[in-house]
Amino acid sequence: MKRLPMPTSGLLRLMLLMLLTPFSFAGAADFDYRLESRRIADGVYVLIGRTEDFSPDNGGNVVNSGFLVGAQGVVVIDTGPSRRYGEQMRAAIARITPLPVVLTINSHKHPDHFLGNQAFPPETLAALPETIRAIEVQAPAFIERMYKLNGAWMGATELAAPRRALAPGRLEAGGRELELIALDGHTESDLVVLDRATGTLFAADLVFNGRAPTTPHANLKHWLASLDRLEQQSFTQVVPGHGPVAPDAAPIRETRRYLHWLDQTLREGAEQGLDMSEMLAQPVPDTFSGLALSSQEYRRSVTRLYPEAERIALDMRR
Amino acid sequence: MQKMALIVSAAMLLALPPIGGLADDSPRAGMADPLGSPRWENLRRAFFGDAEVVFDDRVKVNAPAVADEPLNVPVAVDASALTGVEEVLVLVDFNPIVRALRFEPGEARASLAFRLKLNESTPIRAAVRTADGVWHLGGARVTTSGGACTQPSAGSGASDWQQDLNQVGSRLWQRPDGSLRLRLRIVHPMDTGLAKGIPVFYIETLEITAGDGRSLMRIEPAEPVAENPVFTLDIPPGLSVDSPLRIAGRDNNGNLIHAETMP
Repeated sequence: MKRLPMPTSGLLRLMLLMLLTPFSFAGAADFDYRLESRRIADGVYVLIGRTEDFSPDNGGNVVNSGFLVGAQGVVVIDTGPSRRYGEQMRAAIARITPLPVVLTINSHKHPDHFLGNQAFPPETLAALPETIRAIEVQAPAFIERMYKLNGAWMGATELAAPRRALAPGRLEAGGRELELIALDGHTESDLVVLDRATGTLFAADLVFNGRAPTTPHANLKHWLASLDRLEQQSFTQVVPGHGPVAPDAAPIRETRRYLHWLDQTLREGAEQGLDMSEMLAQPVPDTFSGLALSSQEYRRSVTRLYPEAERIALDMRR
Repeated sequence: MQKMALIVSAAMLLALPPIGGLADDSPRAGMADPLGSPRWENLRRAFFGDAEVVFDDRVKVNAPAVADEPLNVPVAVDASALTGVEEVLVLVDFNPIVRALRFEPGEARASLAFRLKLNESTPIRAAVRTADGVWHLGGARVTTSGGACTQPSAGSGASDWQQDLNQVGSRLWQRPDGSLRLRLRIVHPMDTGLAKGIPVFYIETLEITAGDGRSLMRIEPAEPVAENPVFTLDIPPGLSVDSPLRIAGRDNNGNLIHAETMP
C-alpha cells in the first residue's frame, strides 16, 4: 500500500487545515453580515437583504436599508434587524464617507427596520409619531421574537427608540432635500421617503419586490389606497422594503395585485362559509409563483386576517 | 455443533420479546403512540382508564404543522368515516389544560372545526368514542412559539366588551354536496385563569338544536378554546331543516347564550 505523503512543515499543515475548515465557519461564526453598500444614484446607497424568512443562517438580514450622503451629513433610512447589523451598516457608511450621520429614519414599527438603532447617535433617531408610540409599546415582544428567530446574531440588541417625531412634507437634512410621505396599511404608520435630487423613492414595506408581502399588522384596504397614492408619485427608481431596487412602478403594481387577490380571497372565503382550515388548504395561484415565500405568507395572512373577514361575513359588531 | 445450536437459541430468546408481554395489566401497552409523545401514557390513564383505545387513521385532525398565531390555531376534527360516534374529546398533550373541547355530534356530521390557544409545540388529539365503547384516536403535531394559555384575552383588557358578551353571529350555507353548513361565532374572552389576576371565564356548553327539538350537536368548549370562538359544522343532506336552528348555552359564570338562525 502506498502511503500518502504527510505535510511536514507548519505552513503546509496550516494550509491543509484551512482547506478542510467548513466554509460556513467564516460566515455565521463571526457574525458578519457582509453588508455591501450599492450606489444606485448620486449620493444614494442601498444595502439589499435576502428574500428569505428570518433565520439563524441569515441573522435577520432579509431587509433593505439605505443612506443618502449630503454635503454636510448622512441620512440613514432604516437600521436593520440587530445591533450587529447597525454597527456593520455604520462601518459600511464610514467606508463611503467621513461625514456624520445627522438623521436616522425608522420607516415603520417592524423590528427588522429599527433594531440596528443602537449603532446610531440617539438624537438622530426619528420616525412618525404613531411609529414612535408603537415601537415603545411593542418593541419588547418584537425583540424577544427576533432573538428566537435569528439566534446569537441578535446578541446585545436592545431597544433604542426613535425620539424625534417627523412630520410629513419637505425636510432638509445633511444637505439632502427629502419629501416625507406619511401613509399606512402595512402598519398603522408607514413612512415613504423621496430623495428629491435623484427621484429615488424609499417605499418602506408598502412595496415588496419578488417576495410575497408580510401582513402581521396590515390593513389591506388602507394598504391598497397607499399603493394607489404611490403610483401617482413621480420617481426615477423605487427601493422596496424587501427585494431588489426597480427602475419603475412594477413592484408597486405587483404588490397591489397580490394584496388585492388576498383581500378578495379572504372576503369570498368568509362569504362562502369556508372554515379557516379550508382556507389554509387552498393553493396560491400560479400567477404569484414568482414571489418568494408566497405560500408561507398566504398561510400567515389567513391566520392573521381571516377572523376579521369572518366577523364581517357573520355581520357582527365586535 | 450442539454448542452452536445452543448459542443460537439463547440469542433468539434474548432477541424476541417475552410471549405474553403484550398482555400485562394495561390493555394496550403494546400500542405505540404514533405521535411519540412522552405524555401519552399519562393521558391514556387519566382520560380513558381501562377502556379500549385504538389509534385509527379514520380520525382526521387537521391543524397547521407550524402555527404562527398560537392564540388562534385552527383545528378541524373529522370522524365522519366512523359510524356510531357518540362523543369526541380533543386533547392537547402539552397545554397546561389538556382537555380542550368535547362534542357530541347528534344528528350533525361527526366533524367540527374550531380554534385553540397553544402554550407550546404539541400533539393535538381527537379521541372518538363509538357506540361499542371503543376510543378511536387520531392526531396531528403542531410547532409553535406558544405562550398563548397564560396570556390575558384582548377582551379582558378592553373597557367596553361586556355589552357584547355572548353575542352570537351565525349563518347557514347550502353546500355543493347537499349538506348544510353552520358557522357560529360568539363574543367571549375565554380566559383560561392562568393569566395573572384574570379569573377563569369560558363558555361551558353550546347546544345546537333543530326547530323540532332534535339535537344537532352539543359542544363543550374548555378554557383552551380561542377568544371569540368560531365553530364550523355540517348537517348531512336529507335532514330536513326548515325551521330556525336554535343555539343555546352558558358560560362558567352562568351568563346565557341564545340565538336563532334561519336556514
